[in-house]
Formats: sequence, structure tokens, C-alpha cells
Amino acid sequence: MQISLQVNGERVDAQVLPRMNLADFLREQLHLTGTHVGCEHGVCGACTVGVDGEIVRACLMLAVQAHGASVQTIEGLSDSGEVADLQAAFRDRNALQCGYCTPGMLMAAQDLLTQKVEASREDIREHLSGNYCRCTGYQAIIDAVEATARHRKGLRP
Amino acid sequence: MKAAAFAYARATSVDEALTLLAAHGDRAKVLSGGQSLMPAMNLRLISPELVIDIGGIAELRRITLEGKVLRVGALTRHVDLQRSPEIAAHAPLLAEAIGHVAHPAIRNRGTIGGSLAHADPAAELPACMLALGATMVVRGKRGERRIDAADFFEGIFQTALSAEELLVAIEVPIPQRDSLHFFHEFARRHGDYAIAGLAAQAVIAAGVFQDLRLAFFAVGDRPMLAGAARKLVNAAVTPGLLSEVAASLDQELDPHDDQQASAAMRRHLAKVLLRRCVATLLDRPEFAESAA
Repeated sequence: MQISLQVNGERVDAQVLPRMNLADFLREQLHLTGTHVGCEHGVCGACTVGVDGEIVRACLMLAVQAHGASVQTIEGLSDSGEVADLQAAFRDRNALQCGYCTPGMLMAAQDLLTQKVEASREDIREHLSGNYCRCTGYQAIIDAVEATARHRKGLRP
Repeated sequence: MKAAAFAYARATSVDEALTLLAAHGDRAKVLSGGQSLMPAMNLRLISPELVIDIGGIAELRRITLEGKVLRVGALTRHVDLQRSPEIAAHAPLLAEAIGHVAHPAIRNRGTIGGSLAHADPAAELPACMLALGATMVVRGKRGERRIDAADFFEGIFQTALSAEELLVAIEVPIPQRDSLHFFHEFARRHGDYAIAGLAAQAVIAAGVFQDLRLAFFAVGDRPMLAGAARKLVNAAVTPGLLSEVAASLDQELDPHDDQQASAAMRRHLAKVLLRRCVATLLDRPEFAESAA
């Protein structure tokens, strides 16, 4: 099927099979491999991307459903510098080890911080509850997001 | 895993969806938000020949107040319910429960109609429908019919919907002004399916239940309105009565064993939920303390 959509602000026209999910489409046809594929049934959050400004599971959405939508991937988010401070906080606090979950974590964390600048640790935990990390544990990740929230509010971390 | 191959049709109206359903019946599956259908397809638990995408039917995505009834379109997403001032004002039980439905990225796509038609016994929304006494509005080629929530859920992933029908809306009667609600669930991780949960709606006057609807979920093959609740209505609640009600609740339950919990643990948790609910609604914390 023929689809047209925006990906990171650029128009994309493509031919896809109905069964192709958005995560595979981004990775295999557009070579945007920052979107990771973990569980493929919506549990792990590694494939989190933005669609029309809202985060979704790219493994639970068909590429054909993204027809006419505006998709944002971690490549778009990091190339624009929008999450540079969040990425730096992840590095500083050792909030990643293998890095597999990191793109999804950054997408979800940035989603929270744009909705709620005053995010508490509890808010962060709840918002990231759909993202699995199997290396570092979650404390460092929450620390990094909290530090970024405080920094963006103009407070010292 | 990846979904098996299927044909895809985008329905732009309810009529078009019904025509497709009439032609393909149970060889087709309706795709709304896809947050339950897609996992099942990716895991190859189901492999429909045709996927009918109703996601673009705008008329099914709205919440309207019609007299004493809230009409919620089947394509209303969880996040829409969460943000809706009408839901917050007139169905606070639903507003509270929705925070327990999965995670933000899933609530951005999952729909109320999808969740109800999927009928997972551990899901929150079906139980809320029972507690609120909601009605399912179902359309088929031969017209529309209304099904009480209590008759809609028939078993694990089974509902009263036929393969040629579409759930188009849910009608939620607005609880009377002094009505109270309670929602709690036990889950391994916030947002996971419940191990045991309870959605309740009550009317209380002078410390006595005038009405009490206790909808338990994840403790049987479908959400269950506990008959034991009747014993608490128009009665002076004492620890003794509560123990009696807990015992009769135990007889109504038919929980299952799985990797999350044994049937015995689910029975125990259901009784803990009952006590916490009664303690919270009556503002008698000591009721939660007594032995389950």
C-alpha cells in the first residue's frame, strides 16, 4: 500500500505491506535504527516514537496507520538538540549501560518534561513505567530525568 | 515476532465497516487503537485474513452529555477519557481507573471500545462498566441494539458481540450527585494487568450504604458484580457482618492460577480489596485492619 507521512519533518512516500509495523518501517525502509525493537508486543517500550506529538509504541502501530501522520523518532529529537541536556544527564549519571532501552527512555522522558516541567520523582516513575531497562536499574534513569527537570526550571541539579 | 500477512481495509464510516464485517465475518478483525489486537497478532495468537481499520471514523470519537447519560464514542482513547472534563465531573470512577490502564504510550492509542470488545478479564474498563451500570451500544447491518454491561462480558475475550457487529458507543448513566466511588488494583508494576482489582460505586446516607456495586476483576473469566454487596446495603456494618460478606464473596469467586498469582492468593486479595473499599467509602479505617 502507498503511504505518505512526515518523518522528523521530512516528507516520506513509501510502499509498504499491511503487516509491516511502524518500528520495522522506520528501521528497515528508512534506516532510522535508533528506534529499537524489543518485545514486539508493547511491553518493553524500546520502540517508543512520537506520532502527531504523542508518544506511542511503534511495534503496536501499522505503518499504514501512520499514513498522513507526523512521526518523530529519536534521530529527530537528538539531531535538533532538543534533548541534548537529557542525553548529557543520562551520560553523567550512568543511566545507560547497553543503551538498548535508552531511545525509548529519552522519548518517554521528554514527553513528560514537555507536559509537566515540575515533574516529581513519582511522576517520572509513573511516566516511565512502560519502559524496561535490564542493565542499570531505574534509579539512575530517574535521577537523570529529575536533574534535567530541575535544570530546565533553572534550579541547580 | 511479526504479524502474519493480512489484507487491510480502512473504513471511513460505520456503514462501510459493517458492510466489510458482513462480508468477512469472523475472518476479519476490527482494528481501533490496536493496543490489544496488535500484540495478539504479533504473537500469532490470531491471524485474521482481513484487518478493518476503523481508527479514522471521527463520529466514534467523542464524549457527549445527553441528559442524565454520558455517551462515550467507542474510539475515545484512554488519554481522551483521562483529560475529559465531562468524565472527571460525571464519571470520576472512570477518570481514576484510567490511570491504571497500561502506560502513557499505550493510553495514547488504546480506545475504550477496543478494550471492552477485547474483554480481557484482568482489564480495568470492563469492571468500571459494571460498577457504573453502563450500556453498550452495538450496531449491525440490521440496526442498533443496546446491551447491559452485565450481559456483555461472557468469558475470556468473549462478549455478546457477533462477528458482524460493531461496538459504537457506551452509555454511562451519571451517578447521583452524592455517589462515591472506589478503585484499587494489585499489579506487579504500575500499569500492568491487575492480579486482582475492584471498581466500586456507592450511595451512602448517614453512614449506611443505600446502594453498593462492587465490580471485581482479574479474579474470574470475566468482571463480576458481587452479589455479596447486597448484604451491606441498608445494614449497620460491623466487623462481624464484614467477615460474613467476605465469606460469601469467597463463594462467588472462581479465580484462576497463573504465573502471577495462585487462585488462593487472588481470593485473599479480593477480600482485602473488599475490606479496603468498605473502610474507605464509610470512612471507617478500622475495617481495613481486620483479618482478611
